Amino acid sequence: MIGLSGFGGYIPRLRLSRKSIAEVNGWIQPGIKRLGKGERSICNWDEDSVTMAVEAARDCLDNQNGKQLRAIYLGSTTLPFQDRQNSGVVAAALNLDEALSTIDITAAQTAGTSALVAALDAADGAKGGDILVLASDARRTRSAAQQEMTFGDGAAAFTVGSKDVVAELLGYHSVSIDFVDHYRGDNREYDYNWEERWIRDEGLLKIIPNAISEAFGKAGIAAEDVDVLIAPSTLRGVSAKIAKMVGVSEESLAESLDGVVGETGCAHPLVMLSHSLESALPGQVIVVASFGQGCDVLVFKTTDAIASFKPSLGISGYISRRCEETNYNKFMAFNDLVLQEKGMRAELDNQTALTQLYRRRDMLLGLVGGECDVCGTHQFPRSRICVNPNCNAMNTQKPFQFADIPSKIMTWSADHLTYCPDPPLHYGIIQFEGGGRFLANFTDVDVGNVEVGQDMRMMFRIKDYDDLRGFRRYFWKAAPSNQTRN
Amino acid sequence: MASGIRDKVAIVGMGCSKFGERWDCDTEDLIVEAFEECILDAGIDIKEIQAAWLATAIEEVHSGKGGIPLAFALRLPYIPVTRVENFCASGSEALRGAVYAVASGACDIALALGVEKLKDTGYGGLPQRSRGVLNSMWWANYSAPGSFAQLASAYQAKHGINADELKRAMAHISVKSHANGSKNPKAHLRNKITEDQVLSAPIIAEPLGLFDCCGVSDGAACAIVTTPEIARNLGKKDLITVKALQLSVSNGTESGHNSWDGSHFMTARIASTRAYEEAGIRDPRKEIDLAEVHDCFSITELVTMEDLHLSPEGGAVKDVLDGFYDSDGGLPCQIDGGLKCFGHPIGSSGLRMIYELYLQMQGRASERQVENPKLGLTHNLGGAPHQNVCSVAIIGQLGA
Repeated sequence: MIGLSGFGGYIPRLRLSRKSIAEVNGWIQPGIKRLGKGERSICNWDEDSVTMAVEAARDCLDNQNGKQLRAIYLGSTTLPFQDRQNSGVVAAALNLDEALSTIDITAAQTAGTSALVAALDAADGAKGGDILVLASDARRTRSAAQQEMTFGDGAAAFTVGSKDVVAELLGYHSVSIDFVDHYRGDNREYDYNWEERWIRDEGLLKIIPNAISEAFGKAGIAAEDVDVLIAPSTLRGVSAKIAKMVGVSEESLAESLDGVVGETGCAHPLVMLSHSLESALPGQVIVVASFGQGCDVLVFKTTDAIASFKPSLGISGYISRRCEETNYNKFMAFNDLVLQEKGMRAELDNQTALTQLYRRRDMLLGLVGGECDVCGTHQFPRSRICVNPNCNAMNTQKPFQFADIPSKIMTWSADHLTYCPDPPLHYGIIQFEGGGRFLANFTDVDVGNVEVGQDMRMMFRIKDYDDLRGFRRYFWKAAPSNQTRN
Repeated sequence: MASGIRDKVAIVGMGCSKFGERWDCDTEDLIVEAFEECILDAGIDIKEIQAAWLATAIEEVHSGKGGIPLAFALRLPYIPVTRVENFCASGSEALRGAVYAVASGACDIALALGVEKLKDTGYGGLPQRSRGVLNSMWWANYSAPGSFAQLASAYQAKHGINADELKRAMAHISVKSHANGSKNPKAHLRNKITEDQVLSAPIIAEPLGLFDCCGVSDGAACAIVTTPEIARNLGKKDLITVKALQLSVSNGTESGHNSWDGSHFMTARIASTRAYEEAGIRDPRKEIDLAEVHDCFSITELVTMEDLHLSPEGGAVKDVLDGFYDSDGGLPCQIDGGLKCFGHPIGSSGLRMIYELYLQMQGRASERQVENPKLGLTHNLGGAPHQNVCSVAIIGQLGA
């Protein structure tokens, strides 16, 4: 049996109220006012497709007891590096064994499902180890674009294999059709979009229903067997129309998350799939369709094992880990949509010594410190001489990963002087359970709501941007844990 | 067994420039301004200086590297000149170099000079600096106020002090320093301030407001040192000698091991203990007459009074609010106005502190003069609470 052996996801904590966008941009785009209800997820200034993919992967893997992985397929159309393997950064952040195949899949809104299809095709128990499939997107738009209202940022993660399968693949169907509803050419920051009515009538409502019907045949199911249909579109009524065209009841349509998260690009069908699986019962048939230059349709049937699998927080957990943002100017600043005075302190040259980054890659990307063989002291970073003043033994430290160790705030301040895209910059010494500490930047904190003793969880984030050279530095920051509303 | 530095070296001349936003001055001007006063005070010829130490921390923005800037500015006669940099303790380090050189017998007369020209950086506070290729990749982005501000969170948690009371004690520290600085013509900031002003100032780094932070300025200070014998031969009476020079440097225990609680400076406790031992001081709270401590931020001064064993642990808030460290208190602290009013031209601060004690002990501090001080202490901190260098120096009247 080939299928999904685990699932998870990640939605950034910040939710921009769509009203705040409509209020600012309604004067020039009156059409967006009708969309001004609900909210959309937005990356914090230190998040991108890679950091979201890392969090989604952790969400999926946390309860899988160090599952062996042999590959990562990362689907995204908003990868931060054009030439540096983004899934390789994810692998390093997850501190995975380097005997691993990592592949970035990109350039269409089907990139997420394509990654999943490729993994399911390659899944073969004999090869040993599952494939981690990630889909992550943080699509950018110009200010006042309609998509600014409907898009959201987010990521989904699945492990694909032949053991402990929670959703078996019954079949899939892919078509490749060069239907260009939008495109983003070389060296262009934003999409160019064609007319919606044409996209709807000639694209979505022809290509998707045909592919779904083909997939039903390949999977050996009938329309009435379908319990959940995932066929997202930001265009009103399109998903319902597709359901009707393929003979599935409208009630079977999965929650679109419109107005809650927004459409998370190539990740969205898989974000919805992950979300649906959280509440799926054994024996349910779930159909997921994407739309890019063509269409992928996958048909899954949940197994009895679905009842016992839980992601760490899951999409629904991350949806409830929410902080409303009503400051549209902040969103513009985070996304370079406005030329902002940042002050002299933002001029610091953040060049990264790649030699150094490589030597210490497990420390800098995987948050791996040391554990002393002699005294057992956990310490970050790993050093040649043990930090314990009662030990100070030389060359005794073995790698010890801190990424998943809970910590508490020991000291802190909120700094208005140091440059930060979202001041004040919070930081402090965090102390890990079982020992080890360092002075860490905080992220996702609420001003006025930080205190000594607060429980923290490490998150993989962007530390600094090197705008001069187009590089970005990743490292780990401490974020308050228990931010979900139960 | 080392016998220490006590009374082996005398200070025979000192000078200090006017501190402030010296828009009119180059580094060279500041060096010469301090040196002119110093050499006149010493009453020697420049050719008698056999070795010199230059302290400057951020050489990239003003003087340039190495010993050359000092040798050029003073046209020193091709003698050894060494540049030292040890964060905010750089000035004290220059003095340590000169004093040790004299004490060793390697030379008779040595010069220590510290200078910093911060106001050519364009920054309001200290400039942003690179921190090394590895550190910059994982150290938290932080500023000086933000790093020292964390003392407050840990101090409060440890001693169960409420935020308002701590903030009030911190305010008292700044009010006191401004009262002192207002009487000092060489200070950068000479305005008196009120507690209300301090408490209502904009926040720089929680809980530090604008008036909890020291100024940023340009300045230079210097000392000429020799042996007590040579000093007497120069006709000096009532010699001021060095009693102790200690330095303690963090080895990473605070930042990496759970044994430190974040509320104090490990280095300051170690350096001060060693300094008292070197100076033969048993009860510093009674024996020390004056203290010039590194009040880069009000909270730093507060916890430092405990680290120097002048206030009991957890007792600094009470001492401060009781006025123990005020100009008319039991142990006047920052009688010249401190970093708070002088600003902190990094390389010069340690020597600026010594300069004030030197004047006070000779009864030359005019309006600020306290009654007959015999022993004084200076203290510098560089870095951040979790990793720093700390110097403690004690000087006093010969025989005290």
